[in-house]
Amino acid sequence: MKKYIIVTLLTLGALVTYSCSDDDSVTTDEGTNPSFDRGVMLANWADNIIIPAFTDFETKTSALEDATQTFVDNPTPVNLESLQDSWFNAYVGFQEVSLFEVGKAEEINYRNRLNAYPTSVSKIDDKIENGNVNLALPSSFDAQGFPALDYLLYGLGETNEETLGFYTTHTNAEAYKTLLSTVSQTIHSLTEEVLTSWTGPFRDSFVTNTASSVNGSVDKLTNDFIYYYEKSLRAGKVGIPAGIFSNDPLPQNVEAFYKGDISKELLLASIETTQNFFNGEHFDGTTAGVGYKDYLDFLNSIKEGDDLSVLINEQFNLSTEKAKTLNDNFTIQIENDNTKMLETYNELQRNVVFIKVDMLQALSIDVDYVDADGD
Amino acid sequence: MNNRFITYCKHQVEAAPLAVFRVFFGVMMVFSVIRFWSYGWIDKLYLQPSFSFSYYGFEWVQPLGIFTYGLFAVCGISALCVALGYKYRVAVIFFFLSFTYIELMDKTTYLNHYYFVSCVSFMMIFLPAHRYFSIDAYRNASLASFTVPQWTIDSLKVMLTIVYFYAGLAKLNSDWLVEAMPLKIWLPSKYDIPFLGDLMQQEWVHYAFSYGGAGYDLLIPFLLFYKRTRWFAFALVVVFHVLTRVLFPIGIFPYVMIVSALIFFDASLHHKILAFISRLFKISKEKIDALASHSTKKSISRIAPITIAVFLCIQALLPWRYLAYPGELFWTEEGYRFSWRVMLMEKAGYAQFTVKDTQSGKQFAIDNSDFLTPFQEKQMSTQPDFILEYAHFLGNHFEAQGHQNIAVFVESYVALNGRLSQPYIDPKIDLMQIKDSFAPKDWLLPFNDKIEGL
Repeated sequence: MKKYIIVTLLTLGALVTYSCSDDDSVTTDEGTNPSFDRGVMLANWADNIIIPAFTDFETKTSALEDATQTFVDNPTPVNLESLQDSWFNAYVGFQEVSLFEVGKAEEINYRNRLNAYPTSVSKIDDKIENGNVNLALPSSFDAQGFPALDYLLYGLGETNEETLGFYTTHTNAEAYKTLLSTVSQTIHSLTEEVLTSWTGPFRDSFVTNTASSVNGSVDKLTNDFIYYYEKSLRAGKVGIPAGIFSNDPLPQNVEAFYKGDISKELLLASIETTQNFFNGEHFDGTTAGVGYKDYLDFLNSIKEGDDLSVLINEQFNLSTEKAKTLNDNFTIQIENDNTKMLETYNELQRNVVFIKVDMLQALSIDVDYVDADGD
Repeated sequence: MNNRFITYCKHQVEAAPLAVFRVFFGVMMVFSVIRFWSYGWIDKLYLQPSFSFSYYGFEWVQPLGIFTYGLFAVCGISALCVALGYKYRVAVIFFFLSFTYIELMDKTTYLNHYYFVSCVSFMMIFLPAHRYFSIDAYRNASLASFTVPQWTIDSLKVMLTIVYFYAGLAKLNSDWLVEAMPLKIWLPSKYDIPFLGDLMQQEWVHYAFSYGGAGYDLLIPFLLFYKRTRWFAFALVVVFHVLTRVLFPIGIFPYVMIVSALIFFDASLHHKILAFISRLFKISKEKIDALASHSTKKSISRIAPITIAVFLCIQALLPWRYLAYPGELFWTEEGYRFSWRVMLMEKAGYAQFTVKDTQSGKQFAIDNSDFLTPFQEKQMSTQPDFILEYAHFLGNHFEAQGHQNIAVFVESYVALNGRLSQPYIDPKIDLMQIKDSFAPKDWLLPFNDKIEGL
């Protein structure tokens, strides 16, 4: 008996030694098939995309806060217009960061606090009546952020002149001004919080967490990427207002309902951000770094399958082309010719299949951590 | 023949292997329940979902709300009693029933190794695993015995052989052997594993693992049966299962298989194991042995060996039921479960349901996350019986809300083993008009490729 055990152990030892020496030779000789370095991709995401995007957005929210302060101190037509401009700039900037709901952003519910729409007019009115400006509670999520500003800047009156009245002659003018500045301040302070965490130690922990588990950075951000594309972009911006998920269209549920004529621009910015992130393109738009595209191409070189990254990019382009044919104002588009909205939705939908089914399978990323034996 | 069967049934061997099997199996199951509980999976998998997927014919098995914890407690305590050999018969019946009930509550969590546990615990109801090294035998000398019928140990060996051999047979297909799929998808993502990470990117490794895995599954039972290769085989068992543990999230199954393989060894090894356990817990093995040696011959009912024989025959036949269905097994999954098809394919899917009022023509799409957990959605979107059950759930849900003339359609896509996603269910079919049954599912769209082999 003992003899067998010894022989077995020796054989095993030999096998292990053999396979180890074997693998040395492979990695040195066959430099042609290097493994894909997720760390490089994560560093590109953090340093060239996410942090620059948040840095840029932070200056825009800072400008928004300043413009709000100027307007509150001195509610003139000129100051209102300049505040409206900063709001628009920041709202477009938000489309470039909303995708990255990871780390601090995830913790503080960043997307919901900045862009839950349709905004609740009754809650805003309630806050004005009661002078309650606490925005931290989840029940206040749909009474703050850009949609609340949309209402406060464009929804109160038909014209800017009427809107000004709420901040000057209205009996609750002070309450309107307080809420307006609190909402702007909150947008900026939440953004600062997220940016600070990225420029702090979170960046390193994000980049070094290359694990292929559900808590690894690639897996986490990929799940966020898909969630954003499916829920916020496809459903939120197009599907829900077009009535895909309800019996009838819901034109009042478009993004920037009160301003109206910018919903297309916000959608296009969002699609562009998503596609650029897929391709690993730097935020400044000058260089293409390492992204999903490269990862998929690398994996595809192993399995010699269909060129998924090309299919996904083509589908992004088709979606953009369709979206460009829409009216600047989605409410008008839905009320006049909803089929175009539905067509745009269908193009966006096709990429859900490519991204959620084919890309996720290629990357071998799990939706959740439970035991599984592959069936 | 009949005579030889009776002689075989009476032939006695040492009871120690069966005792060791009982102890380790019980301990593993206790550990398994604790692990499941401590990860919060009882809440996550059975209490949080608003809807659970039932096995055909077992719709009455549902999570018990807060009492589900009690069910797991029963399962854990009875497993402990099995390990100790305390009121063994009752304990193992309770264990089998509670464990199987848990598995039947939601087929989302179906795993071959859970099914394996149910099978083995069912067999153990009929095996005298408490004759030796148990509290029962210690307290009741008339029960104690050094020997058990040989068939009792052989039956477990046959069960293990079925598991491995059928798992090996299932791998004999063109995706596994020619394409090295799905390992070609799974292994590269494990690149951060120490030492092996870079290796996992190499194509030859994918092929080596594919052929190695298939060869291992097909040969290992025979290497374990044959005395001269047994230790080598056991070393392979350890290496193989530790490797699968490192590479894949398959819980405690590797350990269960490692300790189960001990059943193939001679009793001398098991006595050493029991002596070790005795020292560890300061039990007097001598006293146990003395009790056992006084024992008289036990009569065994004929029902037990016949039940086990019939059960094993069913096990040997069940995996072949897929032959009764047209179409590709991996695509339709008709006859896929309960057949030891382990780690065999990578399937991902997407299913968008639409609920339509057939009279007004109005329709709306469903956000699956309103009703399903992410895990349920993942399982649902690739398996036709899940899709059908969920469609009926949606239809009934909206009918109860006052909607009328409801039809439910699904637009679904499935990608199998790295192929580009294809439409899965016929989107023009009103799923409310289809009843689940064992009949071939003609509402599935054809698989536009061919996978050769078993």
